[in-house]
Amino acid sequence: MTEQNQHIILQTEHLSIGYKSKKKESVIASNINIHLEKGELIGLVGGNGIGKSTLLRTLTNVQNSLSGEIFINNKLLSEHTPEDLAKTMSLVLTEPIASKNLTVFELVALGRHPYTNWVGNLSSEDIHIVNQALELTNIEALKHKRCFELSDGQLQKTLIARALAQDTDLIILDEPTTHLDMYHKAYILKLLQKLVKDTGKTILFSSHEIDLAIQLCDKMIVMTKDNVVTDSPCNLISKGTFETLFPKDLIVFDEKTGSFRVKK
Amino acid sequence: MQKTSTYKIPFLVLILVLIICFFANISLGSVSIPFKTIFESLIGTTDNYIIQNYRLPKAFTAILVGSGLGISGLLMQTLFRNPLAGPFVLGITSGASLGVALVILGSGIFGGIFATLLISKWSIVIAASLGSFLVLLAVLIVSSRVRDTMAILIIGLMFGSITSAVVSVLSYFSSAEQLQQYIFWGFGSLGNLSWSELGVFFIIYCIGIILSIISIKGLNTLLLGENYAKSLGLNIKQSRLLIIIATSFLAGTITAFAGPIAFIGLAIPHLTRQIFNTSNHKILLPAVFLFGAIVMLICDSIAQLPTSDYTLPINAITSLIGAPVVIWLLVRKRKMIF
Repeated sequence: MTEQNQHIILQTEHLSIGYKSKKKESVIASNINIHLEKGELIGLVGGNGIGKSTLLRTLTNVQNSLSGEIFINNKLLSEHTPEDLAKTMSLVLTEPIASKNLTVFELVALGRHPYTNWVGNLSSEDIHIVNQALELTNIEALKHKRCFELSDGQLQKTLIARALAQDTDLIILDEPTTHLDMYHKAYILKLLQKLVKDTGKTILFSSHEIDLAIQLCDKMIVMTKDNVVTDSPCNLISKGTFETLFPKDLIVFDEKTGSFRVKK
Repeated sequence: MQKTSTYKIPFLVLILVLIICFFANISLGSVSIPFKTIFESLIGTTDNYIIQNYRLPKAFTAILVGSGLGISGLLMQTLFRNPLAGPFVLGITSGASLGVALVILGSGIFGGIFATLLISKWSIVIAASLGSFLVLLAVLIVSSRVRDTMAILIIGLMFGSITSAVVSVLSYFSSAEQLQQYIFWGFGSLGNLSWSELGVFFIIYCIGIILSIISIKGLNTLLLGENYAKSLGLNIKQSRLLIIIATSFLAGTITAFAGPIAFIGLAIPHLTRQIFNTSNHKILLPAVFLFGAIVMLICDSIAQLPTSDYTLPINAITSLIGAPVVIWLLVRKRKMIF
């Protein structure tokens, strides 16, 4: 192991993703080589149906890869036990939580599940970490509210706090900005950037907010039909990667402003 | 999760109510017995035949049945994320009814001495247990092949339809007398349990309760949904199996010993959630236990029709008393807590 490898949280080698049925394999993307380092905010962008969700599902062990390897903390994903993985990687999913009757505190405290005893009692350290997560996401005032009373933005912050309370090196968010207004989209992504700075965690999120991601991310993973490119936003712009993202008949990428424009 | 201590007072009140209901239940009946006699009989200074051999086992049965059905209902509602789920969604009752139907109704088809031999108390208990066990086993085998928890719910319901169809066919070929006997079993009954039967019942009940307590942490994690629970390191298949086995132990023995008692399993968890206003199973489980036992004791006391010689079917009373209470609670709070 070289010095640099010590900082790599997640790495894939020749990863190929897709779905396998009895008769045939349908490959969605192949030869994916990405490496995420400690303390980075990474945005995953790509058009609809390009395989963003499939990639995230594969990285989080919800579905199997077709071929290639995934390393988490320099250990093969398949060699992690579920308990071990729960202490390394936490998730914020697009699906709604099953019981909206939980209070914000209770929901965030469920993030401590991998650390608590057999009946789930919180130690004083657990409570401290939960309160810290509430503080970092600015939702201490909502502590005793129930989830059905929250706005979409508040709920998203609560789910991020829950992932923080899980105290993992890596947090993966699947489209955290859907259903939010323009202000809250920027707010949530800015919050993620702040969390990376404050806690040194690695945060990977998928999003359709390409212009916001360009402004805030340390690194971006761009999925196009032909390949998957990982680089810093500036390099990606100068390489012209964003131009290949969508068909060119409707929108064009403006290099100067780092955003898309509708063709006149 | 948080502030377990704030629930101390409601719990103390419930325990007190349970004790009062327990004594009232023993006291009330066709012959009413003063509290003083009950107390003396319990500490052993006087012998009272009715209390020791009839009222006391019946009151204990009511507590076990009420709490056991309530808890298994709670487990099923959380596992399936479905407010309509109850202890019997996995086909436990239908399996038990099939077993009992085969013994009571099928005896006519087998005929002769064999038939009279079959219809004893234990044979019905064994038939009900075997029936529910076999149907549950079938549901488990099929459901181990499906990944979706909701599919298990449907599979349970399908097995229920199959068994009730078989019962219908059997009924068609049975005599009126046999049908009546079968229908009487279907009314449910808390009485008629000897101490030895109660002992067997209690042991299996305890296993079910212990498994439920072990499941508390998993149940709370399942409140987030299965994918979140999995990301928190919960072994979904193992927890699911544990919850299903706990339910079948509880609901299975209850059906075997007391018949298919309706409503309690569905209603008690809702009643408890409305009153305690929480989804945390560390609070809900003991609260459901207490509410289930109290409601069952009250229903049984009413079913005995105090000072009269009649006893109403317990199954009718649980629904007659319970349904309006749940409706009233839902209307009053205007919001279902689930």
